[in-house]
Amino acid sequence: MKLEVLQFELNARKVSVRVKPDATLLDVLREDLDLTGAKRGCGEGECGACTVLIDGMPVDSCIYPALKAAGKNIETIEGLGTEDNLHPVQKAFLDEGAVQCGFCTPGMILTTTALLAKNQSPSEEEVKVALSGNLCRCTGYTKIINAVKVAARNINKL
Amino acid sequence: MYWEKYLKVKTLHEAMEILKLYQGKARLIAGGTDLVLQLREKKKRVSVLVDISDLPELQYIKEEHGQIKIGAMTTHSQLAASPLLWEKVIVLAQAASSVGSPQIRNVGTVGGNIVNAQPAADTVVALMALDAKVVVFNNDGGEEKIPFSELFLGVGESKIDPTSQLLKEISFSLLPEMRSSLGRLARRKALALPILNIGIVLSVNKKENRLHEARICVAPVAPVPMRMKEAEKTLLSRKLSDELLISASKAAFDAADPRNSKLRGNTAYRKELVRVMTYRTLKTALATRGGVGDEAGSITV
Repeated sequence: MKLEVLQFELNARKVSVRVKPDATLLDVLREDLDLTGAKRGCGEGECGACTVLIDGMPVDSCIYPALKAAGKNIETIEGLGTEDNLHPVQKAFLDEGAVQCGFCTPGMILTTTALLAKNQSPSEEEVKVALSGNLCRCTGYTKIINAVKVAARNINKL
Repeated sequence: MYWEKYLKVKTLHEAMEILKLYQGKARLIAGGTDLVLQLREKKKRVSVLVDISDLPELQYIKEEHGQIKIGAMTTHSQLAASPLLWEKVIVLAQAASSVGSPQIRNVGTVGGNIVNAQPAADTVVALMALDAKVVVFNNDGGEEKIPFSELFLGVGESKIDPTSQLLKEISFSLLPEMRSSLGRLARRKALALPILNIGIVLSVNKKENRLHEARICVAPVAPVPMRMKEAEKTLLSRKLSDELLISASKAAFDAADPRNSKLRGNTAYRKELVRVMTYRTLKTALATRGGVGDEAGSITV
């Protein structure tokens, strides 16, 4: 099978990788680039565990053809913060206990980051709409929504 | 292998040339939020995908001479964020906001939603009620206009063949004192297929307290979205009143013939739903504003 060259910007670095023509962006991130933060949940664009940001917008990478991403700017959870220097949204999720099994967390955090970049003080309804494509099977969302509000407050204080 | 080649084109011309070259073995892909799954499940087969989603000449929402024109690669997110649509064509803004989830809306396009021809596609229900037309480019260089009323042939089947044709633009006329609304019932607010979608577009004559024009599109009650012609006629027959809305809703109930469905409920329930939601959506639509020449606000019946 002939591999194709895919070039894009990934977490603020230029990346060039050889991919199968029918690979999804999630395949390439997880299998070829060893970035396993984005999760394969449903694999059908229903659960949002595979969410990454493409040009700043949350997208389900499990149904996104990898070659569609050519020339675009991709951000994954790995690009957000480091263990010593967490992103304010990551810190808020930890502080508020908005994490249980953790499978949905990278997607939740990336979607929240995109929301807060557009809207610094979202209402509860706006948070719910923004997160409506990210499913959590453990926490019941209360703590997640709370963490988003805390993150918004902390970012506004910076 | 779901497909062998994935080509992102830089111009419309290039896309049409590739379709011609591959003679049916290549097809266009927009956001791919439905198509990728259909190819994976082998519901559709293709060798070459030609990605037109980034072409700027296919992404716009504009008003020209009383018409709204929309480029086919405009995403649902872009439609849902359009102040022009929220001001003048609420039904379409609501429909675009109802598609899938934010992740799906950021990628999926209105053109894709149309060509994919699912029986209750949100934007399609709105566009049928808006009496929209599409402009389609053929790979022989020709161009044709197709009204929405002729566009759909069956479940998942539209007149547009993405192996040889490109949907370029969707357009519709704004009506005087236009009122519109989308009624949507689903199991949850996000990521749930509609149990019922109703798109309503009205043009009111406030002086005489009547309607100039009334269009009701309901789906899914048939393989393709359905205009409720009898209900529309009823609405034009006399002055606006609560009784008139009730008669029109009854006419929609009579015309709807949905099948028993494990997902959506049985025939009796779904018919009753058509009646109740037609009435409610008519009420909501009448309380909105929009279209052209609308200064005096909403009317109540």
